[in-house]
Amino acid sequence: MWDNIKDFASEFFVTGDPLIYGADVAIVLTVVAIVSALTYFKKWKWLWREWLTTVDHKRIGIMYVIASLLMLFRGGVDALLMRTQLAMPELDFLEPEHYNAIFTTHGVIMILFMAMPLMFGLFNLVVPLQIGARDVAYPFLNSVSFWLFFMGAMLFNMSFVIGGSPDAGWLSYPPLSETMFSPGPGQDFYIWGIQISGIGSLMTGINFIVTILKMRAPGMRLMKMPMFTWSTLSSCLTIILAFPILTVTLALLFIDRYLGAHFFTLDGGGNPMMYINLIWMWGHPEVYIVVLPAFGIFSEIVATFSKKRLFGYKSMVFALMSISFFSFFTWAHHFFTMGSGANVNAFFAVTTMLIAIPTGVKVFNWLFTMYRGRLSFPTPMMWTIAFIPCFVVGGMTGVLLSVAPADFQFHNSYFLIAHFHQVLIGGVAFGFFAGLYYWWPKVFGFTLHEGIGKWAFWFWNIGFYVCFMPQYVLGLMGMTRRMNTYGWDRGWWELNLTSTIGGFLMGIGFLFQVWQILHSIKFFKKAPADPWNGRTLEWTIPSPAPLYNFATLPRVSERDPFWEEKQRREKGILPPPPPPLEPIHMPRNSGVPFVMSAFWFVAGFGFVEHWTWMAIAGLVGVAASMMVHSFNYNTDYYIPVDEIKRTEAAAAKGAV
Amino acid sequence: MAHANHTSSAAHGHGHDDGHHDPEALRMMGFWIFLITDCILFGTLFATFAVLHGSTAGGPTPSELFEMGGVIAETFILLTSSFTSGLAVLSMNRGDRKGLIGWLAVTALLGAAFIGLEVTEFVKLVDEGAAISTSAFWSAFFTLVGTHGLHVSLGLVWMISIMLQLRKRGITPVTRRKVGIVSLYWHFLDVVWIFVFTIVYLMEVM
Amino acid sequence: MARQHDEHESHGSLKSYVIGFLLSLVLTAIPLVVVLNDLMEGTPAKVLLLGSAVLQFVVQLFYFMHLKEEKKPRYNLMVLLLGIAIVLTIVAGSIWIMTYNKVA
Repeated sequence: MWDNIKDFASEFFVTGDPLIYGADVAIVLTVVAIVSALTYFKKWKWLWREWLTTVDHKRIGIMYVIASLLMLFRGGVDALLMRTQLAMPELDFLEPEHYNAIFTTHGVIMILFMAMPLMFGLFNLVVPLQIGARDVAYPFLNSVSFWLFFMGAMLFNMSFVIGGSPDAGWLSYPPLSETMFSPGPGQDFYIWGIQISGIGSLMTGINFIVTILKMRAPGMRLMKMPMFTWSTLSSCLTIILAFPILTVTLALLFIDRYLGAHFFTLDGGGNPMMYINLIWMWGHPEVYIVVLPAFGIFSEIVATFSKKRLFGYKSMVFALMSISFFSFFTWAHHFFTMGSGANVNAFFAVTTMLIAIPTGVKVFNWLFTMYRGRLSFPTPMMWTIAFIPCFVVGGMTGVLLSVAPADFQFHNSYFLIAHFHQVLIGGVAFGFFAGLYYWWPKVFGFTLHEGIGKWAFWFWNIGFYVCFMPQYVLGLMGMTRRMNTYGWDRGWWELNLTSTIGGFLMGIGFLFQVWQILHSIKFFKKAPADPWNGRTLEWTIPSPAPLYNFATLPRVSERDPFWEEKQRREKGILPPPPPPLEPIHMPRNSGVPFVMSAFWFVAGFGFVEHWTWMAIAGLVGVAASMMVHSFNYNTDYYIPVDEIKRTEAAAAKGAV
Repeated sequence: MAHANHTSSAAHGHGHDDGHHDPEALRMMGFWIFLITDCILFGTLFATFAVLHGSTAGGPTPSELFEMGGVIAETFILLTSSFTSGLAVLSMNRGDRKGLIGWLAVTALLGAAFIGLEVTEFVKLVDEGAAISTSAFWSAFFTLVGTHGLHVSLGLVWMISIMLQLRKRGITPVTRRKVGIVSLYWHFLDVVWIFVFTIVYLMEVM
Repeated sequence: MARQHDEHESHGSLKSYVIGFLLSLVLTAIPLVVVLNDLMEGTPAKVLLLGSAVLQFVVQLFYFMHLKEEKKPRYNLMVLLLGIAIVLTIVAGSIWIMTYNKVA
């Protein structure tokens, strides 16, 4: 009996690597610490009532942000481990297998479990407030989306200590990812982790499209929407059109692995190239999905801190929406070297060059907004200013890569690595940081320490260039991606060492950000409702926003309504008094999303371990949860006027 | 004041969007968008089928094994059920709960017959040596047709749960929306089947 | 209120459902007859088959799903058109790209 358990455990858990044993201990200690803290402070009920069952978009947004920052930490540690291994030639810091696992999880976590949830967090925190709505269109579904993302991320991260991490690259190309070459459960963790969180992403996409199209405050016509809302709409449109492709692609790979089908195998008529074709049909739009909202954030920030209207509003809208559509016509540039022939390569090279045009339009819009503006430079604006040159360079190297014949040289070299890190860090990460800094006071009700934030900014920015500029050169010198070591005779070590130093500088930048948050919590400084002299509706309500957001729904008649109102007030024109309060219709909290997602987790784990009984049990649980929800008709309630009055009075008192 | 405000917002709301929303109409719209995502899901499966349709790897070919009798029956059954689910909606609009539940039951029975025929077909194919692991063609075939079948089966469970809710609660704005959504879903599955029938069956035996 | 609701949402009539059903039956029967009796071959047959499928799709959209009755702004129609464009891209693009990459 004991031997059986030991055998099982040695297969079930990852064994033999001291780094992973260390992580095991850390995980156990953290879990014990969290559980005992919750028990000691009697917070279990609070956790369940206020957070796990919440359908409030602001709380869901906060949970997204916390989860994504944790994932940023894990993905960042992965990156630093890799950079440490590559710092000098012929290092034995990481085993080759371990290195494979780490570059795989780094990529997956940063894109799918860091950038995506951070973006969803910002959607949730900002969009309903910007359009003057009380919640999203489907608050219950919103909670389902979050918990599916969370459970998917947990499932994926678990592979690290149970069963072994996936190690076939962040997009898991077959035939390497097929059972023949990746027999362990790591690949199945990859598939199910992404699959479960992907369902959540799809539903968030639907949710925000309907929210934006249908829930805007009276008078806010489409062409009067704030730019971040526009960018959310374009990103969500891309999500709903692209994510089903990912779902199918991963499902087909799983059917290959689970039922022995022959979609992408080398035998039986399968075709691995089809997987590459399909996954990039999602993968290319995916990079636009994460970068479009960053464009929206920069537009808000540039206008606010230039104290000017955004230059070229219409062209910006046109650029965002056309990118979300044309991003579906460039996917083959990720595999020019596959051999699809000159016509295919020529077509996709041209479309790739064309899509750079709307992006360029936006850069000019931001520059012209700043031109002759009354500029100020708090942290959100600093990130924005740093983004522009960084993204322009990243975009230009992208255009170099789009030249199909030249791509045969650049393909899968460090030149490519440097390019996409430049657009993803310089565009997406900087953008989301800028957004977090900008909306932080509104979300949490206290201001962040600017000085520490500036340190973080400089460490990140200097670190970025020190890390990635040498990689362009390394790529041209012939260093290919995913190589775990190199010889002294290559002449690469100086540049690699420089790059590693840059990586650690960014790590220090992250530590400064954590310090900044902790410091600002400790020396709590209450945020005013309108800390930045803002332009849009979210700054008209108290910080943090009350449960129902707007006591009375605002009426909008122009762009930047809050700014215009403030201008009129200065001239002595007062807005009409708000209409009298009415009871507010709100959705009830529900435990179903959490429970249902937990069942998805169980089902996913069953599929991963090929324990069919467990998978079936999980799916039955999912179906039962849906039924419970469907048969429940008691889903909403009204907040009485008295309570609204009390809340508003308390907020007004706190603000003084 | 409250009254004036209300009327102005109502007049306003007709032109475009407004703070007061019909939650059931919102849900219909969300479901429509979900159906579009489902279209893309099927589109991807069709693309895979189109690319792999010649790859039988020396194994059995579709023209050897397809038997059109069952497939034609399936097609007309599903088409009829799409029609009867429309009749259910018509009964609902008349406020006729019995007729509504009756037509939904007919629709569900036709759906069950469709699934029965499809399962029989699959079992037969496997018996004749064409399983999902036989070749790329059969992998693509079983996945595409099976995904449609799975959608129909989920629709059946859903329809039964709505019939139970209708019995308990009658025709309310919420149940109206649910019936509307499930019938939309059912029409959608019929549309997908038309393409399965044309591309997978007719064009392979042609 | 309830009556007003009915007016708002009463999609379709028995007539529209019957017309849609009959048209669908005819559009299913035509390709079936053509294929089972080998009346046509090659590309023209494919065009006919796909053409009747697409027509039937349109018939169901208008007579069963009442797409025409949507009030402005017609978001449903817009999303549908966008979805169709993407589906066509996926299918046509995959076939085109994979033409030179066939293994079997």
